[in-house]
Amino acid sequence: MHAEELGADEVLLRPIQRTTRAFWLFSVPLVGIWIWGMYAWTRQLDSGLQMTGMNVPVYWGLYITGFVFFIGISHAGTLISAILRLCHAEWRRPITRAAEVITVLVLFFGAGCVILDLGRADRVMNVILHPNFQSPLVWDVCSITVYLTASTVYLYLPLIPDIALLRDRGGSRQWFYRILALGWSGSPGQKRLLERIIGVMAVIVIPIAVSVHTVVSWVFAMTVQPMWHSTIFGPYFVVGAIFSGIAAILIAMAIVRKAYGLQHYLKPVHFNNLGLLLLVFAALWTYFTLAEFLTTYYGSDPSHMTVFTSKFTGRYAYLFWTMVATCLVIPMALLVRRKTRATVWGCVVASISVEIGMWLERYLIVVPSLSNPRLPRADVSYFPTWVEWSLLAGFLAMFVFLYGLFTKFFPIISVWEIKEGREHALDEVATRVRATLPDSPA
Amino acid sequence: MTRWGMVIDLERCTACQACVVACKVENNIPPAGPEDAAVGRSIAWIRLARMETQEHGGVSSAQLVPVPCMHCENPPCVKVCPANATRIGEEGLVAQVYPRCIGCRYCTTACPYTVRQFNWKDAAWPEPLDQALSPDVSVRPRGVVEKCSFCHHRLMLARDRARFEKRELQDGDYLPACVESCPANAMFFGDLDDPHSEVSRLAESPRAFRLMEELGTRPKVTYLSRGD
Repeated sequence: MHAEELGADEVLLRPIQRTTRAFWLFSVPLVGIWIWGMYAWTRQLDSGLQMTGMNVPVYWGLYITGFVFFIGISHAGTLISAILRLCHAEWRRPITRAAEVITVLVLFFGAGCVILDLGRADRVMNVILHPNFQSPLVWDVCSITVYLTASTVYLYLPLIPDIALLRDRGGSRQWFYRILALGWSGSPGQKRLLERIIGVMAVIVIPIAVSVHTVVSWVFAMTVQPMWHSTIFGPYFVVGAIFSGIAAILIAMAIVRKAYGLQHYLKPVHFNNLGLLLLVFAALWTYFTLAEFLTTYYGSDPSHMTVFTSKFTGRYAYLFWTMVATCLVIPMALLVRRKTRATVWGCVVASISVEIGMWLERYLIVVPSLSNPRLPRADVSYFPTWVEWSLLAGFLAMFVFLYGLFTKFFPIISVWEIKEGREHALDEVATRVRATLPDSPA
Repeated sequence: MTRWGMVIDLERCTACQACVVACKVENNIPPAGPEDAAVGRSIAWIRLARMETQEHGGVSSAQLVPVPCMHCENPPCVKVCPANATRIGEEGLVAQVYPRCIGCRYCTTACPYTVRQFNWKDAAWPEPLDQALSPDVSVRPRGVVEKCSFCHHRLMLARDRARFEKRELQDGDYLPACVESCPANAMFFGDLDDPHSEVSRLAESPRAFRLMEELGTRPKVTYLSRGD
């Protein structure tokens, strides 16, 4: 078989063919942080959860915050890529894969956070052997498993033509690509089939993604605890998840673009468009937050108000107002004006700010409600220990490293979709637009 | 069928904590040092909660209220346990199955009374207390949740005795350690389904109230309010 000529698109395969020193300089510290995190975990397994800062009544802390945060970021990929595909947004082409990889990888770390949190991680199988289907945690196990499966398939399907491309180039990894390519030959029949399956998966994946973060929110909302027991939590969590997800894509895009010299593929217009989406979600998030807090305040149920004031003016006020600044003020200031929005740095600064803010939001949902139980207890405050921080850092580092590793095996920008865009998209869009115009009289 | 319940008369309670100590000894609860206590990790199945009461002429008074597990008829903890490690039994006791508990602490966060406890570390007793453990109660391993069992081991003994005497279990067949130890006779325990039992009579008292009844948990621990 003859390897296809790619011309200028050859640059998309370069990260796979050549690994620079910079990649190792990037990987070694990340793996080092991961090893440190694993060391912290052995210490925790050895001595129990006394190694964490958790206590009575703050039974949950950084791990559960991490769980909600990582599962939230997973909404980056699959959901956004599916929506863009279904909307025939042509500018999606260089973005979708970079987004989908985030989903698949980060889900492992979200689920991993729950394992870290268990007092008896060795008994985790009890959830499958003796499940209590009344428990929102069992719903979580189900929905996250389905989501992981669906998003892996959804990442893999559009990879097939690119894997075949790599297979046809030979090299030492050819056997690996041959297995994964499933005999792809690029015939019109195969292409039609592939496109149809991708279309079906894009539809299936959306309700699954929405269900995942809704169920995560129900872990809290199904209890009667103050400021958890809220009907708004499902959509509030989903909006927050997509919000932090878009920010994650923007950061990943900026890194990939810089590291692999893909300025011609990931253009300011892509940042501008995703930046607009981020802006919309900043507004939506603000709306939900306002609705949640105003309702609580106006109702002024004493047990809810204790939690409310601890966030608004009390012990957690500095975190709360940092969250407002990072989720609302900074992204709004940067993204409202096109001048800063259509730049890489503008989007990246806004995105980092949103990630910090959304992590704080998760923390402020988990900890203040637990710190203020309905029956007052001795005043104990929660502060995470080095074990918890190390594991959070380790998980983040491993996620970033695996993302980098993916780019060393598969093109991070879909080669065949870019090519197809170049060859057919203009005509297709013209036909689509023409079909919507009034018929001209014969 | 018996339905075990407790009544605590706050008029009589002197907040002496005899119940707290009796419970710890009876149920093999490891003592906590000042370090653990400072970070909120001392385990107690029954504790005294400080509750603010209404103001009298600008002076707000506080009251110490003994809080064991409420053994709710509609327990929020049982619903949320992912592994069926906490169950409500036929006689209404909410039990914890230590060997099945995965230590996720969902039950502890879902309980509005925060009476569920977690084993943050290995249980240990200084000498010679380690020689004085009760043989009837299992020592819980690290990493699982535990809670007041209404002295379930005593119930099992009472059940055996009733079977030996070829009769049904009845009111007065057993008392939990806290009730037995109360020097002020402020705690009562018995069969709530028996209309003639002391607890069901007291539970109907005009002074009777339950903690956070509005949450619909239907606790089986009833309090009798103070007269002042």
